[in-house]
Amino acid sequence: MELFNDKIYQHYLHPQHVGTLDNDDPDVGTGSIGSYGASDVMRLQIKVDDQQNIIDAKYKVHGSGAAIACCSYATARIIGKSLINAGQLTSQQIAAALDLPPARMHCAMAAEDVIKAAIKDYVTHHECAGC
Amino acid sequence: MPIYLDYAATTPVDERVAAKMMQYLTVQGDYGNPASTHYYGETAKQAVEQARCQVANLINADPREIIWTSGATEADNLALKGAAHFYQRKGRHIITCKTEHKAVLDTCKSLEAEGFEVTYLTPLANGLIDLAELTAVIRDDTIMVSIMHVNNEIGVIQDIAKIGAITRECGIIFHCDAAQSIGKVPLDMQTMQVDLLSLTSHKIYGPKGIGALYVRQQPRVRLVAMINGGGHERGLRSGTLATHQIVGMGQAYAIAQQEMAADNARLTQLRHDFLHQMQMLDEVYINGDQQHCVPGIMSISFNYTDGEALLMVLSELAISTASACSSASIEPSHVLQALGMKPELAHGTIRVSIGRFTTADELTQAADIIIANVKQLREISPVWEQHQHGTI
Repeated sequence: MELFNDKIYQHYLHPQHVGTLDNDDPDVGTGSIGSYGASDVMRLQIKVDDQQNIIDAKYKVHGSGAAIACCSYATARIIGKSLINAGQLTSQQIAAALDLPPARMHCAMAAEDVIKAAIKDYVTHHECAGC
Repeated sequence: MPIYLDYAATTPVDERVAAKMMQYLTVQGDYGNPASTHYYGETAKQAVEQARCQVANLINADPREIIWTSGATEADNLALKGAAHFYQRKGRHIITCKTEHKAVLDTCKSLEAEGFEVTYLTPLANGLIDLAELTAVIRDDTIMVSIMHVNNEIGVIQDIAKIGAITRECGIIFHCDAAQSIGKVPLDMQTMQVDLLSLTSHKIYGPKGIGALYVRQQPRVRLVAMINGGGHERGLRSGTLATHQIVGMGQAYAIAQQEMAADNARLTQLRHDFLHQMQMLDEVYINGDQQHCVPGIMSISFNYTDGEALLMVLSELAISTASACSSASIEPSHVLQALGMKPELAHGTIRVSIGRFTTADELTQAADIIIANVKQLREISPVWEQHQHGTI
């Protein structure tokens, strides 16, 4: 069965926002999910300004073409958005945008989760920075 | 057009073979039924018998020991089921190996459902069978050992001469699937104690849909037929003989006999150069014993590289990955699993198989494509980053 389509492949061919942000920067939140050998591994980092807007984001992903595309799409989608807005991006929206095969729905769920994990990491840091 | 690097799956038909086959199809040709007794039947029969000699010659056997089948899968079925059914009063135990082709494994499974007992040997990590272990699992009620000559995924060559010596001493039938070795590795039925040998045509530049089973006559091996009908092929395989297919197989085997050594020398050089290029990447593993292998099959694992992504990014090459796609997940190949390979490494494995029409240029291009894409996949992988930093 088809496990990837052209939309998915294009994300691999034109990788945007692949990379790493400075983890020591207090304005950076990092989300990591998955474990090698057991599942897809995704890492997404966001840089947030004092208006609570995401001004930059970078990802790295180890997994199928669908996982790469979900990560790439999700990262591009949240740049320029507020934390609240970014946190509302759902796996359904990601899947629909990429015409994801149903068997690869879990990749979209992972991408949603990794965004939420990055936001949570940022918020946790920031609450602590003030205390 | 993608570069074709899947010769272990099938090969194009050699032009010389196709030209010969064309003489046995149309109204101008010898289109008769080889079983007919008139002129048309006789000329077709002569062509079939010449092809039978060509096949027998390649394995140094008697032409009367060759039974035409639709391919190696049918030959495997006929050998295993045919012998199991004939000799079941003697015993109901069969020995095979976990890295066999599905044509053997599934047939064994079907025999298990009938009440036969099957022992599946685990090969050594290099893919070769431990002959001491084989000897150890032979029982009083063992009737047959089925071990392939060359593995279709990793290309390792089993020592079938030694296996044959063991089985003959124990009075057990030895079936060998030679689909990947015929025309590539010398086979000699006078010196190798193989009792049943499965052959195919389409992996050695002949047409698809035709194969044969070698059935030893001295000492004689008996089989129960699976396909009944007009009593063709000494009653072992009924059905009108496909003259053009048979002639094609014969021609392909005759060419192989002439050109095997030269083909192998050329492929050995191509393999060497290609694998040398692959070694420019870190964390690359070449699977299977590298001394006992055919040059045409290369199994290459890229660690820290997702197999499914690899499948996608290498879609411009006609290669095969070592995984089978199912609806929800990708299963690592049963062969690599049997070698004890970690699933994540097995997933990042491709099979590159080359043959008579592969050029050095094609392989250089393919190597560049593979290297660039593996590098890119690793570049975006957090796991590769962890590996680089030594934190995995």
